[in-house]
Amino acid sequence: MSWLLKRLQGLREFLKLLLTHNMGKAGVAIFVILGIMVIFGPYMRTVDPMRTGVLQNILQPPSSQFWFGTDHLARDIWSQTIYGARIALLVGFVAAAVTTAFGSLVGLVSGYFGGKIDEVLMRIVDFFMMLPYLPLMIALAAVLGPSIWNIILVISITYWPFTARVIRSQVLSLKERAFVEASRSVGASDNLLMFSEIMPNVVPLMFAEAVLMVTNAIYAEAVLAFLGLGDVSTMSWGIMLHFAYDSGLMSMAPWWVIPPIACICATILAFTFLGTAVSDIMKPGYREARGL
Amino acid sequence: MALKGFAGFAIRKVSAAAITVFAIVCFNFVLFRIIPGDPVRLMFHDPRVSAHKIQEMYEKFGLAGSLWDQFVAYLRQLFLHGDLGYSFARRAPVLEVIADKMPQTFLLVLTALVIALVVGTLLGAIAGWKTGTRLDSIIITVSLTLYSIPIFVIGIIVLLIFAFYLGIFPLGGMYTIGAGLTGWAYWKDVLWHMFLPTCAIIIWYAGEYIIVTRNSMQDVLDQDYIISARAKGIKESAVLLRHALRNAILPVVTITGINVAFAISGVIEAETVFMWPGMGRLVYASVMARDYPVLQGLFLIFAVIVVLANLAVDLIYGKIDPRVSVGGGQ
Amino acid sequence: MALIDVENLKVYYFTRAGAVKAVDDVSFSVDKDETLGLIGESGCGKTTAVFAIMRFAAPPGRIVGGKIIFEGRDILTMSAEEVRLLRGQGIAMVFQAAQNALNPVMNVGQQITEVIHQHEQVTKEEAWERARKQLELVGISGDRAKSYPHEFSGGMKQRVGIAIATVCNPRLLILDEPVTGLDVIVQRQLLNLINDLREKLGLPIILITHDLSVVAETCSKVAVMYAGKIVEQADAISLYKNPAHPYSKLLIEAYPSIKGEKGKLISIPGAPPGLLNPPVGCYFQPRCPAAMDICLEAEPTMVAKDGHIVACHLYK
Repeated sequence: MSWLLKRLQGLREFLKLLLTHNMGKAGVAIFVILGIMVIFGPYMRTVDPMRTGVLQNILQPPSSQFWFGTDHLARDIWSQTIYGARIALLVGFVAAAVTTAFGSLVGLVSGYFGGKIDEVLMRIVDFFMMLPYLPLMIALAAVLGPSIWNIILVISITYWPFTARVIRSQVLSLKERAFVEASRSVGASDNLLMFSEIMPNVVPLMFAEAVLMVTNAIYAEAVLAFLGLGDVSTMSWGIMLHFAYDSGLMSMAPWWVIPPIACICATILAFTFLGTAVSDIMKPGYREARGL
Repeated sequence: MALKGFAGFAIRKVSAAAITVFAIVCFNFVLFRIIPGDPVRLMFHDPRVSAHKIQEMYEKFGLAGSLWDQFVAYLRQLFLHGDLGYSFARRAPVLEVIADKMPQTFLLVLTALVIALVVGTLLGAIAGWKTGTRLDSIIITVSLTLYSIPIFVIGIIVLLIFAFYLGIFPLGGMYTIGAGLTGWAYWKDVLWHMFLPTCAIIIWYAGEYIIVTRNSMQDVLDQDYIISARAKGIKESAVLLRHALRNAILPVVTITGINVAFAISGVIEAETVFMWPGMGRLVYASVMARDYPVLQGLFLIFAVIVVLANLAVDLIYGKIDPRVSVGGGQ
Repeated sequence: MALIDVENLKVYYFTRAGAVKAVDDVSFSVDKDETLGLIGESGCGKTTAVFAIMRFAAPPGRIVGGKIIFEGRDILTMSAEEVRLLRGQGIAMVFQAAQNALNPVMNVGQQITEVIHQHEQVTKEEAWERARKQLELVGISGDRAKSYPHEFSGGMKQRVGIAIATVCNPRLLILDEPVTGLDVIVQRQLLNLINDLREKLGLPIILITHDLSVVAETCSKVAVMYAGKIVEQADAISLYKNPAHPYSKLLIEAYPSIKGEKGKLISIPGAPPGLLNPPVGCYFQPRCPAAMDICLEAEPTMVAKDGHIVACHLYK
């Protein structure tokens, strides 16, 4: 119980720090708005975003009935925008979590054990990093088929090497630090060392990386959806753009295109800001420089 | 046998690149063999086609035998005959289909990259030099924002504003169909069509170059050789050019290699949005048509382009940074 | 008349928290035949003071007061262009050994000819020849002119730095921690080189260091700095034999001697004061073994005593 309290207190501390950072403030603000969209979606005058409507309501500009207007199948764009947040954050968080977890694991193992293991793993990492990411994602998505979970898998396969490299660097520099040597001289086993000494120092970095990885995930889902590889059983912002562009009616209905564009950009920016803020805060001396 | 100097460096880099290309070829093979569905049967819906004929087709397209046999056949096809396969949807060799689109893509990408590099590096150097000033803040905020927006989104915005609503630029394509223009008029038409997609790509890239150059410039200006140069009584402009910039651009050269990978991804987005008839648009069309051989060929070619570009960048970097190719120590 | 006369120099760093008085009313001078050693702990302001001579003040630092009279003119009132022309040719500087003072992408010959071309009208071939000769002068083979800095060891890079600084025959040479971070054998070689050059070229030198032995080897005059102020100035021998200021005494005592009796290693307890809100009275008082009541109230002024100039209430 007290463990939970301590964690919650730490969280409060962290949030306070985040709010002292300029970018942090902006990121948190947008994040809160997204959260509202996700949680209170159903209460915000929304309907099923996939429900098609009647002929008269096709491609309507914003009105009191349809706050953001309708698309070419008379679907309510306001609802699509609000519910799109759920998919964006779902894909964003899950893909970021999986990618960061796997990438960090590889980075940790590679950095800690070094030697042959490191060489082999890094060769694989280098290989994957050399493949251009969009062609890779397109190939994978085409082969695996459209479904939200496949998209998440595709994102993870594409981006894990980047996290692996970053974490490995950190582990390597931590290894140099004296305290690891000191622990070792007491006879601690490898596994114990790895977890108790290095993990606490790597976790903050993993967290910062995960936040930034969300931006990649949001981008990936959007671009794959736009190119026609997305999951059409969901109405994400990327799918909205895909339909808008594909229908050829984009120019006649700017209200169709502006909301998803604004949301995609805002979300990516939010997590970019948050990621930058988090990594700035983690740097030693942040508190002192602000006189906190 | 440690070959000295640049020759040794070059040979090492080229061999590494060759190995990588081979690895990519293998990976490419594995990737596309996961495809469910049978492309040959799809091509021949007619049940009257004899089993014998179908078997022939399998062999012709390298789909017969065990996976290992297929792999060997694939390698033989690729390295001995330069054959990338056959597009079922277009009824033409894949290589031909892709080669047809290559020049248009190169035109777009190289133009965009060069302009982005020049503009981005300059702005980044200025931002780095004037760190902390209002100009610097403006430059970074704008570039960070633009860098965060996906290229296809930038493309749509730009397309809507400048082509649809303001009507200054064409709605897509590479040239005005049916106009039958030739010579200089043709090229002017192409440039007019090229403007928006190039801008979309540049807007994104320049952002990256700005950020990298700015950081690099900040690092460099902190170094002692800068103040040491001033202590020699050298003009500030010379200090900036010969000492600061000359060192600050080293990372820029490095990321240009990585940028080619990004550029390929970006050009797929840009060509799709602007209907530019290049390899990027071909990707989109092939996805729609489920034309896997072409996709496989495109993937291979894109990956190889990245390897070659990185190799070129490595070699150039080796030339401009003496610490890399000239031996260290005493 | 002194070659260079620093009078009441003040250099402050203007931070968000306030003004840090890095150099507070510092005065010293160097004659044509002298070598001045400026000694003190890290952060005492010695580097900042000497950088000010070339009008270098890294922001947020600013030179806020005083005069620096060089060859009859006040450097602090010169135009930027005049100062720039003075650098490298009137006054030259050699930077700390361990640092990155050489441009990694230019070969050492080019770094020398750069100075030459800046101040003199010569052809490329002449400049290159002079660069080679200069390298020979500092003990490096002229054939290495085409080599890059990373191909040299620390000691040799330092020699290159000296070559660059002396090639245009400056009238004053400044050396910032010239042998810090180098091993003792290299240190000796470099100090010998410096002494050699000083005699050969007749060069007055200002040398910054925290190492007493370096000062003992090369300097004729010593100024001791503490917390942004000069606490004692004297010729080298007098300082070592009869240090007047308690801080100078402690510094000299703290230096372990290889010869003589084995004693405990002494260090000076405490730390220098923060220069943001300096204490009233003498800055050294908290650590001073001879502190008196008056030390808490008033800052001591410089007085002359037996050939030393000292700022301490012990002497009136």
